[in-house]
Amino acid sequence: MKITIVRLIVLMLFTTVSVSTISSCKSKPKDTDIQTAITGKFSAVSELSAVTATVSDGVVTLSGECKDEASKANAENLAKETEGVKSVINNCTVAAPPPAPAPVVISADDQLIKGVADATKDFPGVKTSVKDGVVTLTGEIKKADLKKLMQSLHSLKPKKIENHLTVK
Amino acid sequence: MALQDKYKELIDYARTSGISDLQVREQDNVLYVDGAAPSGEVKDKLWDIYSKLDPDFRSADVVMDVNVSTAVAGSKARVTTEKSNLNIRKGPGTDQTVIGKAAHDEIVTLVSKTNNQWWLIRTDKGQEGYAYAQYLTTTS
Repeated sequence: MKITIVRLIVLMLFTTVSVSTISSCKSKPKDTDIQTAITGKFSAVSELSAVTATVSDGVVTLSGECKDEASKANAENLAKETEGVKSVINNCTVAAPPPAPAPVVISADDQLIKGVADATKDFPGVKTSVKDGVVTLTGEIKKADLKKLMQSLHSLKPKKIENHLTVK
Repeated sequence: MALQDKYKELIDYARTSGISDLQVREQDNVLYVDGAAPSGEVKDKLWDIYSKLDPDFRSADVVMDVNVSTAVAGSKARVTTEKSNLNIRKGPGTDQTVIGKAAHDEIVTLVSKTNNQWWLIRTDKGQEGYAYAQYLTTTS
């Protein structure tokens, strides 16, 4: 009787183990399925369109170029969340940031002084000073002449123009 | 970025009016707009918008250096002084000797550009010298 019980238990255990083994085998996604799933996820995100995933035994390797560190991390997370993925090797490169615009070139004061003198020659009511690239205007000018004078001064490439002119 | 909001209309127009080499940069609270306009009308329109957004140009927060790209060596230009003659000088600067005059409304030839202020010009009579660019308007 005792032996029968032991046998029964052993049989039950065996059955459980084999059933669970079979079912886990059945539900484990194939590498190709994982790859398809990840590729689908990436294609939905425009900045990950250049990232490719290869899968081997559930280990995903990402390669290609990401826009920035955030999208690189995003790619990794999307891959990790995919069913059947054991681990992710993230070999994505991050694109270099776009070059910053060239700094504005400001004319030197001696150049500005000469240019300002030329520009204001026909406007005797206008007094000027130039310091550290800043052109300061005082005195007075006719309303009709203001734009003309300003166009000349702006093309001298000053840092800025402080207009304290009285406009008549 | 506040300046780009204040001058949004100006920037939007600059971006859609065919200005070549357009650069819109903000540095030390000044907005710098550089480029070459396809015509004098485009430049005028830019200045109209600018003066509307900043009446009498009081804010000292824009430097707009947009010249007219049709002003190239070899092209013809009209002398657009108010009514007086335009001085033709020996060199590029009002400190240079006046060596001749071009009449108001006269058509001259642009020989070469010294800088944004000065052009070397030639009159139909063959007189050559430097004239202030502001008073030369290219004829289309």
